[in-house]
Amino acid sequence: MAFLSYLINGLSLGSVYAIIALGYTMVYGIAKMLNFAHGDIMMVGAYVAFFALNTYGLPVIVSVLLSMLACTVLGVVVERLAYKPLRNASSLSVLITAIGVSYFLQNGAQLLWSSSTKVFPSVVPSGSVQLFGGQLSISYLTIVTILICILVMVCLTLFINRTRTGKAMRACSEDKGAAVLMGINVNQIISITFAIGSGIAAIAAVLLCSTYPSLSPTLGSMPGIKAFTAAVFGGIGSIPGAFLGGLLLGVIEILSKAYISTQLSDAIVFAVLIIVLLIRPTGLLGKKISEKV
Amino acid sequence: MENMKNFFRTLFDNNHRSRTVSYLIVIIGYAVIELMLRTGNLSSMFQSLLVPVTCYIVAALGLNLNVGVSGELNLGQAGFMSLGAFTGVCLSGVLAPVISNGIIRLILAIVLGALVASLFGFLIGIPVLKLQGDYLAIVTLAFGEIIKSLVNNLFIGFDQNGMQFSFVENKLNLAPGGKALISGPMGATGTQRISTFTIGIILVLIALTIIYNIIYSRSGRAIQACRDNRIAAESVGIHVANTKMLAFVISAALAGAAGALYGLNYSTLVPAKFDFNLSILVLVYVVLGGLGNMTGTIFSTIILVLLPELLRGLRDYRMLIYAVVLIVMMILSNNEKVKELLAKARQSLPFGRTKEVEE
Repeated sequence: MAFLSYLINGLSLGSVYAIIALGYTMVYGIAKMLNFAHGDIMMVGAYVAFFALNTYGLPVIVSVLLSMLACTVLGVVVERLAYKPLRNASSLSVLITAIGVSYFLQNGAQLLWSSSTKVFPSVVPSGSVQLFGGQLSISYLTIVTILICILVMVCLTLFINRTRTGKAMRACSEDKGAAVLMGINVNQIISITFAIGSGIAAIAAVLLCSTYPSLSPTLGSMPGIKAFTAAVFGGIGSIPGAFLGGLLLGVIEILSKAYISTQLSDAIVFAVLIIVLLIRPTGLLGKKISEKV
Repeated sequence: MENMKNFFRTLFDNNHRSRTVSYLIVIIGYAVIELMLRTGNLSSMFQSLLVPVTCYIVAALGLNLNVGVSGELNLGQAGFMSLGAFTGVCLSGVLAPVISNGIIRLILAIVLGALVASLFGFLIGIPVLKLQGDYLAIVTLAFGEIIKSLVNNLFIGFDQNGMQFSFVENKLNLAPGGKALISGPMGATGTQRISTFTIGIILVLIALTIIYNIIYSRSGRAIQACRDNRIAAESVGIHVANTKMLAFVISAALAGAAGALYGLNYSTLVPAKFDFNLSILVLVYVVLGGLGNMTGTIFSTIILVLLPELLRGLRDYRMLIYAVVLIVMMILSNNEKVKELLAKARQSLPFGRTKEVEE
């Protein structure tokens, strides 16, 4: 029964990773860049939600929507100002720029909101569901986290597969040149991708901070790296891959914390990633790239 | 006399100019700083930066060989620095009662640090170099994090019976008079500070010599061929895996040497210092200096280490400005108009020189 409880906690943490990883993977799929500032955009979302909830006492739904709006705007602005001039630059230059944006957001947050840790109020009422005569207790927060992750995943899949914009996004990720010839506004599609990726990062921020309530300007860095790992784990560029990668990463992390060693859990997570990439060099669900001469 | 003339001419011909310039810059820089030190014109803040700058330069030069010349993005350079640093600190601690001369211990520590890092570089390289592109980058990141996490759980002590190791939990049972060299997350404490600026500069010169000798050799050309076109390189008989491994291992060795110098410059050193951010920092030096451009790496490292210190007057805003400078520099260096201007400026130089090292 303890195992089941760890498993569910792992799925809950994995859901958060999966939502952040979706942002990484979408941007990678379309703009072919590693947006290292994604975790920091999530951090800004967490602060916005914190002030909306705590300082202004707004209802949870409004706060979350406000935080999503802020992240969406931030994502689009960052893309316009920092990444758009580098559309044709080498991927390394874009990577360094993304790191610059990450430093900027972290230090900006530190100036605006000070580096002292704030306590984030949980958005889900505390309490838990008792199963098997009280042997297994699952907190409401865990259930809500997993459900929201599934909801986000379903909405996103429907959006990508059923709408015109979604179709345009798929076209861009397949072949940008051909997409332009078909009359797709690639710049607009990239902006939309950043908007969606950043917007859902705000949801992840609220869920993450409800589970681990300490809020600081460096909040985004470690979950950012983990989510990036999850995206690669599942095959970067693939949306179901990010979902699967995130969930697996969360489960592996919690199980290794429970059964092997708390201190070594990070090492184990990364070791699993390496092994997976050695067996499947493009991740679990990644597309195989054929090499042409 | 004629020989001398020829010698100087070869120093500045097309093949040798860039390396001669980088050696000269390092030597002149050293002379100027030594002069300022002797005459007491260097503030204590700058003095404290001298050794770290040389460490960063050596690590960045190594990374430039890997990222610029070999074309593989490595996000785990800090891991190799960590290995070198803690190996060096341990060796220096163990040898302290035997060899009292700090310089000899420092040199031994640097050599062993480089050896251990290159051994790990080789072992890590076997799986890593099978991958390509961003997947390779994430695996180096993963190895860097694994090394950090392992060192964070490592306990090493030393007493009259020899060395003791323990992992995850501190089970060291040291005899009286024994010394804990590494104590888990606390890292190395009470290290004797034996690093000197002169040794740092010598290390930079050695690193430059190694790198230039590789770049302008048969294996260097093979490394660049693999970067430019893997398949074409393979088809002319270059063993791609071995060639890439050479660049990877040398890069790791230089990072290890730099780490040992760095570790012995501080009395306390925590493993968390060598995290992902440090790997990124070194990568920023390389990219801003120019891929494959060693002189550029030296300059960009010096400027970027000094920049936050020079901006100290702006207090809280300094890191914000640093970030903006980073972004603006990247955007400008990729702007077509700025590129044209730079090319024109370069042509009007008396040397009329072309690109320094082929990109």
